[in-house]
Amino acid sequence: MRGIAKRFRTGVAALEAIDLDIGRGEFLSLIGPSGCGKTTLLRIIAGLAEPSRGERQLSLSAEGAVKIPSGRVGYVFQDPTLMPWSTVLDNVLLPFRVARRTGSAERERVREEIRAVGLAGFEDAYPRQLSGGMRMRVSIARALVTDPELLLLDEPFAALDEITRMALNDDLLRLWEARRTTVVFVTHSVFESVYLSTRIAVMTARPGRIAADLAVELPQPRERALRTSPAYAAICAKVSSALELAMAHQPR
Amino acid sequence: MSTRRFSRLWRIVAPLAVGAFFLALWEVVVRAENIPPYILPGPLAIAASLWTDGPSLLGSLLVTLRVTLAALAAAAILGGAIAVLFSLSRILELSLFPYAVILQVTPIVAIAPLIIIWVREPFLALLVCAWIVAFFPVVANTTVGLNSVDRNLLALFRLYGASQVQVLRYLKLPTALPYFLAGLRISGGLALIGAVVAEFVAGTGGAETGLAFRILEAGYRLAIPRLFAALFLLSLTGIVIYLILDGLSRLLLRHWHESALEEEEE
Repeated sequence: MRGIAKRFRTGVAALEAIDLDIGRGEFLSLIGPSGCGKTTLLRIIAGLAEPSRGERQLSLSAEGAVKIPSGRVGYVFQDPTLMPWSTVLDNVLLPFRVARRTGSAERERVREEIRAVGLAGFEDAYPRQLSGGMRMRVSIARALVTDPELLLLDEPFAALDEITRMALNDDLLRLWEARRTTVVFVTHSVFESVYLSTRIAVMTARPGRIAADLAVELPQPRERALRTSPAYAAICAKVSSALELAMAHQPR
Repeated sequence: MSTRRFSRLWRIVAPLAVGAFFLALWEVVVRAENIPPYILPGPLAIAASLWTDGPSLLGSLLVTLRVTLAALAAAAILGGAIAVLFSLSRILELSLFPYAVILQVTPIVAIAPLIIIWVREPFLALLVCAWIVAFFPVVANTTVGLNSVDRNLLALFRLYGASQVQVLRYLKLPTALPYFLAGLRISGGLALIGAVVAEFVAGTGGAETGLAFRILEAGYRLAIPRLFAALFLLSLTGIVIYLILDGLSRLLLRHWHESALEEEEE
């Protein structure tokens, strides 16, 4: 992405001169104060919003691995955003249904993905019968079921309690390690971003710019024990101070 | 006994007890004061009239019911279709919705005579009157429902390249279903009212006579117990229509919508 800027019709400049290259297989976290345009940036990456200026280039592999062309990007919202009238199975099947591909191969793929996020046995449950964490798992399964090359997550765990959040962090890491999908992850939490990412972009608010771009050099695969290691604490401190610096330039 | 079963029992017993008490009081007052039946008949006299006039009243009820149900079906189908058209074209909605409102706020009693003059077929004339009263809640509610789609789900559908028709079928229609059913429940009662009002205005216009005409006729003849009996049947019909539509709503929404969920044990 080169020189991305976004100005809303209300005149609010949401993003300014964003340059961002995202490498294949990277786990990039976008972190910043609320209102810094992280979600807007994510929507632009997904193609759900157009930048006012600048260009976005998505060079995805042309290999035959793509199941359905519309499924190259997966998106997970802050809310699970499930269809309450559909079962877990039908919710995860949605990308295939829209692509008019609902044969037995696709259904088997859906079941496999539901198992992968740890919801085997809940295929015929309705969203209201599930806990918040389980609903988010369904949402992640739906985003992953098309084997996307780019997975975008917009503060997916912000509304969950700490215990569920940690469990889902670990599960997301396992899923990413197994597939090495490129991930862009928006979060408010320094600890979460350091634990998950290979790289962290710190953003400032109004207009949103990228203030710091930090690599997270921590061993992989990552385990819970990492959360208490000195190396982890050091990087958390680094990201925190970068975030404070980014926020110092603006009125609170 | 658990408090839950207790409250469920009371929900049935309490209103029945109140009803029985007032019926008894009614009967006692009528007898004690010697009120003549052409002013106010007692419940027992009404029950007797219901028994003797029942078969012929039921025949009339069937006539009214046919108009009501046909109007309700037309309200559901046409009302739903109009709402879908509105949701597909904002211009259509903006230009036609005010006229739907006008049709709704104009008292049916005032336009029924015109409709009865214009539409020669009596059944059809009554149907049109009842439909005009009944269709608006379906249109208004379903339109709100179709516009209440979750923005993020809509974005997701766009991300996966869904067509307009797919968005309508898999997202907008299911979202609107609870709203449609709530509208239909209101329309059920209104269709009956519309049919009755139209019959009142039409008088003996048709060969068959509905329940409303029987009420008029009984009034003229001072056959007040029969009037009450017809009124009772009419109320009962309204209640049954409501219960059926309510049951339908619960059946269709039982898996997911808050309105159809049983009180959950905490």
